[in-house]
Amino acid sequence: MRFKTRNFNDVPSVLEINELTVRLADNDTAPPVLDRVSLEIRQGETVCLVGESGSGKSVTSLSVMGLLPRGALAATGGRIELEGTNLLELGPQAMRHMRARKISMIFQEPMTALNPVIRVGAQIEEVLDTHAKLPAKEKKARVLDIMNQVHLPDVERIYRSYPHQLSGGQRQRIMIAMALILEPQLLIADEPTTALDVTTQQQILSLIAELQEKHGTAVLFITHDMGVVAEIADTVHVMRHGQIVERAPVEELLRHPKHEYTRELLKAVPSLTPRPARSQPEGPAVLSVNGLQKIYSTQGIFSRRGATQAASDVSFSIPRGRTLGIVGESGSGKSTVARCIMRLIDPTEGEIRVADREIARLSRRALRPYRKHIQIVFQDPFRSLNPRWTIGRSLIEGPLNTGEDKKAALKRAAELLMLVGLPDDAVNRYPHQFSGGQRQRVAIARAIAMEPDVLVADEAVSALDVSVQAQVLELLEALQKKLGIAILFITHDLRVAAQICDEVVVMQYGRIVEHDSASNVLSNPRHAYTRALIEAAPGRAWDFANFHELQTA
Amino acid sequence: MVASPQPAARLQWLFGAMAMPRGWRAGAGPMIAAAVLILIVLSALLAPLIVPHDPMSMDALQRLKGPSETYPLGTDAYGRDLLSRVVTGGRISLFIGIGAAVVSVLIGLLIGLVSGFFRLADAIIMRIMDSLMAIPSILLAIALVALNGPSIWSVMSAITIPEIPRVVRLVRSVVLSAREEPYVEAAIALGSSMPKILWQHLMPNTLAPLIVQGTYICASAILTEAILSFLGAGVSTEIPTWGNIMAEGRVYFQLKPSLIFWPGLMLSLCILSINLLGDTARDMLDPRLKKRER
Repeated sequence: MRFKTRNFNDVPSVLEINELTVRLADNDTAPPVLDRVSLEIRQGETVCLVGESGSGKSVTSLSVMGLLPRGALAATGGRIELEGTNLLELGPQAMRHMRARKISMIFQEPMTALNPVIRVGAQIEEVLDTHAKLPAKEKKARVLDIMNQVHLPDVERIYRSYPHQLSGGQRQRIMIAMALILEPQLLIADEPTTALDVTTQQQILSLIAELQEKHGTAVLFITHDMGVVAEIADTVHVMRHGQIVERAPVEELLRHPKHEYTRELLKAVPSLTPRPARSQPEGPAVLSVNGLQKIYSTQGIFSRRGATQAASDVSFSIPRGRTLGIVGESGSGKSTVARCIMRLIDPTEGEIRVADREIARLSRRALRPYRKHIQIVFQDPFRSLNPRWTIGRSLIEGPLNTGEDKKAALKRAAELLMLVGLPDDAVNRYPHQFSGGQRQRVAIARAIAMEPDVLVADEAVSALDVSVQAQVLELLEALQKKLGIAILFITHDLRVAAQICDEVVVMQYGRIVEHDSASNVLSNPRHAYTRALIEAAPGRAWDFANFHELQTA
Repeated sequence: MVASPQPAARLQWLFGAMAMPRGWRAGAGPMIAAAVLILIVLSALLAPLIVPHDPMSMDALQRLKGPSETYPLGTDAYGRDLLSRVVTGGRISLFIGIGAAVVSVLIGLLIGLVSGFFRLADAIIMRIMDSLMAIPSILLAIALVALNGPSIWSVMSAITIPEIPRVVRLVRSVVLSAREEPYVEAAIALGSSMPKILWQHLMPNTLAPLIVQGTYICASAILTEAILSFLGAGVSTEIPTWGNIMAEGRVYFQLKPSLIFWPGLMLSLCILSINLLGDTARDMLDPRLKKRER
């Protein structure tokens, strides 16, 4: 693994944050959101700010941009110095002058950060307009030039495109073009690749690095992904509860983490090395999918577009107590497969056998008794529980449907909560009183309450912080050992797949391109796409949990 | 730690975690509106007990008198006490307003839930609703009155029917977005039946917007009733309603404007306060508006 090792000792600093404190606006007694955060970024340096959700990474970047939500958060102490001016003292007018020209920012979700009804070319020009007066021709030339610099293909066409006509990676390139067109000294990137696929992420990361080198821009990069940190950082700051707990050059931090929290954070990063193979189980498959096909056809009076094959000829089977992972990038059809198996959407063709019963052709009503054999856990724990229902009510919904007595169901709900590691008095509480990880446990308990044979986990840990992710994976594994359920684990994250799956199916364009044991897929990938996926995984040569290079045996 | 659903938790159930107002800090306007509305409703409810005279009894000797001790607001062209008539008139007006709001919300809720959840039903129901929306309520009222004779019920159905499509559209849009929520899909996966999912998961989402919509329907129904009565297509003329009183007073407008002024004032106050309360409810229940204000 090669880290960046440039020495920044003699380089002048661009931004200095000194003892910055941010508090809730109307509440002086609550602990501060940012507690005396100090941070320095020098010319051409990439500073990574790492931490879990709620640690104050984004608040730090918003403070620098002067974009703290007014009336909710307020900076109460410290200085943010850019070229000797304290940004906290600037008025709105002066601050606006700073933005784009001196500091600019790119966000996580390029779709929502771009205006959907304005052509992207015009949106980039708008940045120029507010800060410089240029004749139209020159303006367009500059926009096309920056679009070329971010390696957009066919810039004339994209100049006239609307955001929805571009891919996620192209949209993020547009955002970067907007951010860099005025050549600011500082670029703040707030999780800019989190919403992107790994292969796209790799391209965007190298683009940022390339432009940084060309223009000497300093970058403040906010991320939760240690792999990304290993790839791009010069200096790393670890944040927790609004404080910076450790700062060090990247290699030193990864090799010799000093603070306990940093070590925990690094240990929680799932390894790309597949876990040791478990013994082959006997017995027939509890879930088998054969020739599954899903075609979305758009039949309209006005439009006649071709049909989309979201999944075609998908076949696999899972025996009891085993975990099969489906890995692929967005649009590969992995979620379509999960939803077909759950019969949330109807497959066009193929057969799905759950507990020796063909369910692909059953009507919704005829299917209901068989639903208990197969349950699902969704990605977003904030939306998968009804916010108006107590945890208990959510947990007994399924058992009541199968005719269980309410009292018995409630008693079992309390037991299930213990089983997933939550206090049993959680029955009477509401989802908003729990954290994301806890809610995901509730969602798992709800699925387990039906005593299913198969559990479908659709990106079930993707929305969680790494440490919580590790706990939920452990829980799933423990439950599997105890109850012998088969798990269909759908994920885009190879690291997670390596940790929990016995077998891995790799999907691309709705087809299975590779299907083998987890260790074979990860160490001897046969298909080019699988190889590309593995190569794009950031920090793949580093064993984070053990603080050294990955030993290739 | 909540042992059992407490009042706050109940509100939570009704309006969802996001929409809960931090404190029920309403401004002075809504407070005054609420006070005025309570006063009007109470006086209408207790009208038979508190009015000084029988609103129907005529007295040929007391025609068009000015305010006096026996007739605080004076009398109309038939010598009936104006105060008694205005207070009693509120009974019918409010009954029609609230009745129309409740009936149209209930029917609209049921149709909207079905239409939002079932694709096939949706295609048919929404076309019917489109055609219903094309009927102006005043025209419908005149037709209904011509068919059935003037009565409260023809007026109420004339007001209710054109309101139903609006409620249906509102409910449908809420259901359409809520049904995509993972918790609804989870309920399907848990084997819950469609009616159960509709009623227990989706219906509560519609309550907050429905309450707001209900107040608007109520206000506009009271106004429409007054217009219909004024046009002579409403409740039969001998029953005092605000519209009827104004219709009769119109003839003597030059002579005695107070015959129109008092029922008109009641009508405006009533509608103004209902609308103001509706706006307040909307601001409190809409998390986005609340955020902008802060």
